[in-house]
Amino acid sequence: MSETTAERGGATAAAPAPASTERQVSGVSIRLEGVTKSYSGQGKPAVDSVDLDIPAGQMVMFVGPSGCGKTTLLKMLNRLVEPTSGKIFLGDEDVTGQDADQLRRRIGYVIQAGGLFPHMTVGTNIGLVPGMLKWDRKRIAARVDELLELVGLDPEVYRDRYPRELSGGQQQRVGVARALAADPPVLLMDEPFGAVDPITRQRLQDELIRIQEELGKTIVFVTHDFDEAVKLGDRIVVFDVGARVVQYDTPEAILADPAEEYVADFVGAGATLKQLTLTRVGDVELIHPQQARVGEDAAEVVRRASAAGEKYVVVTDRRGRPISWPSLAELSRVATVPDTVDEKLPVVGLRSTLNDALDTMLAASQGGVVVTGRDGVAGVMVVETVMAAIQRTRDEVEG
Amino acid sequence: MTAPRPAATEAYPDTEIDDALAQTQTPARGDSDEARGAWRGLLVQPVLVLAGVLAFVIWRSTAELADTEQRQLGWGVLGRSIVEHLQLTLFAAVIVLLIGIPLGVLLTRGPFRRATPLVLGVANTGQAAPAIGLFVLLATWLGFGFRSAVVALVLYTVLPVLRNTMVGLQGVDARLVEAGRGMGMSALAVLLRVELPLAVPVILAGVRTALVLLVGTATLATFISGGGLGQLITTGINLSLDSLLFSGAVLVALLALAIDWFGRVVEHVARPKGL
Repeated sequence: MSETTAERGGATAAAPAPASTERQVSGVSIRLEGVTKSYSGQGKPAVDSVDLDIPAGQMVMFVGPSGCGKTTLLKMLNRLVEPTSGKIFLGDEDVTGQDADQLRRRIGYVIQAGGLFPHMTVGTNIGLVPGMLKWDRKRIAARVDELLELVGLDPEVYRDRYPRELSGGQQQRVGVARALAADPPVLLMDEPFGAVDPITRQRLQDELIRIQEELGKTIVFVTHDFDEAVKLGDRIVVFDVGARVVQYDTPEAILADPAEEYVADFVGAGATLKQLTLTRVGDVELIHPQQARVGEDAAEVVRRASAAGEKYVVVTDRRGRPISWPSLAELSRVATVPDTVDEKLPVVGLRSTLNDALDTMLAASQGGVVVTGRDGVAGVMVVETVMAAIQRTRDEVEG
Repeated sequence: MTAPRPAATEAYPDTEIDDALAQTQTPARGDSDEARGAWRGLLVQPVLVLAGVLAFVIWRSTAELADTEQRQLGWGVLGRSIVEHLQLTLFAAVIVLLIGIPLGVLLTRGPFRRATPLVLGVANTGQAAPAIGLFVLLATWLGFGFRSAVVALVLYTVLPVLRNTMVGLQGVDARLVEAGRGMGMSALAVLLRVELPLAVPVILAGVRTALVLLVGTATLATFISGGGLGQLITTGINLSLDSLLFSGAVLVALLALAIDWFGRVVEHVARPKGL
């Protein structure tokens, strides 16, 4: 689906798309044929004969109003809800008649707030499915540590903690780690980030994008938040009542050309601003600020920055991560660059959206954000860049 | 083929910040203090019970008693009464557990839920009926003696165990059950590894209630020749011997307190960590 990236690059037309590597795919495709669920005593089926093709290695978002059957459809994929009729294929394999417990061990399942078992440690929670698959202890322990690393939690610190000792965002990370434990080709996520605060949600979303880039699972993700769908999805399925598929396309196509009035309503009047969700920080021009290492001679740094005509310097720690963003005036008052960590320093990743970046700036009351890439600080993005992007999409819509 | 979202991995900015937040937000490992407090609370009761036992022993050794009293309060007789009383209590308790917990589990499973009102109705009647009436009715039906007494005690005390088992299981977050099933645990595995462990505190509270009820109610067994400490009390009433009456009452109270304490200790030890 290379047009996805191409279109994303095209939509912004600001910077050339960064060099991309072929994404590794470890997922399998999912095919639904006439999948129906009707409950006795109800006239219309909750899910009415859905046909859907989900390509391997893609993240597909199910959106729609509550009660439209999207969650029911998701739960039929791992047979938590048994379909009344129809067939479901994972790869080329018809799984409709398979033993449900065996099937579910091959499908990761993430729910809101992680669904962690409170009486088990983080490590035990993550090791559950491998345990059911009869892995030996050593292999499970190694896998637990590997997964904690993957979701950005230090195994030494978190392995033996209980869920209630973690913040909501951390619990959700463990939930994702647990779903990935036995390396399932398919991941089902049922509004996983619905219960966390907006800033944490944004981080978790960024993290999920990163993990997906690394792993290339087939992910089906239910959400009621269209922005989330646009940000995360390779493709979006918009459902109406009875899980009728109204539109199934890339986020760009749905935003640019809603199939029905219903979709246009759902996408919302602010759709031009939603283009901000399509544009990644890595796709726009970044400013490259003067950087200073902790412990450097402050006067020297000030001289260097003044020569470059800058008023601020990004200070990085020994591992190259940004920790503060002092002005030259502040720096000239000290002898060496201090190692104080600014907790409120606005930081986003290259894969964050302009929307996230704007949110982060507003939350920190700053006119810019520090952008981090794989090798530390990638640059700084300022609020003017966001305004320019808004202006550009407006012009496109009007012109 | 599938492609390329640009730039594979990024050094992720948020982890550190998130962790730092968590350090300040969550009481990292403050529950050891909590646990110590709970233990201290658990120490008061046995001290009181021991003091009570000591006081009784001193009184019994020093008081001037009439012949009849001497005989009835002889150490051998007392010991036998206590053992009988404990036997009644423990026999009934084991049967109550064997009936109450599995039945409670069964009544929270799919199709059996429909039988819930019926079973709870029967159990409620058992408890609502005056205990003494229950003893006498059962005795006229099953004959006098230990066996009838145990049956009556079971009928009288099965309700708290049954009800707490059901309430405990129903109190387990349905999303956790679904998460368990969703990750491929069988219904039995979810019951044994998720539902029952999480319901343990509520179930044990019910068990403790039942035990204390049993100790108290077992005093009535004497009316149908079931033995136990009730004998001391009835003899004391019949012969107007206050020393017997009080001895019986005090010993039953001490026994109930001791068993209640034992129940609390078990609850404390068996409570799943992390809750």
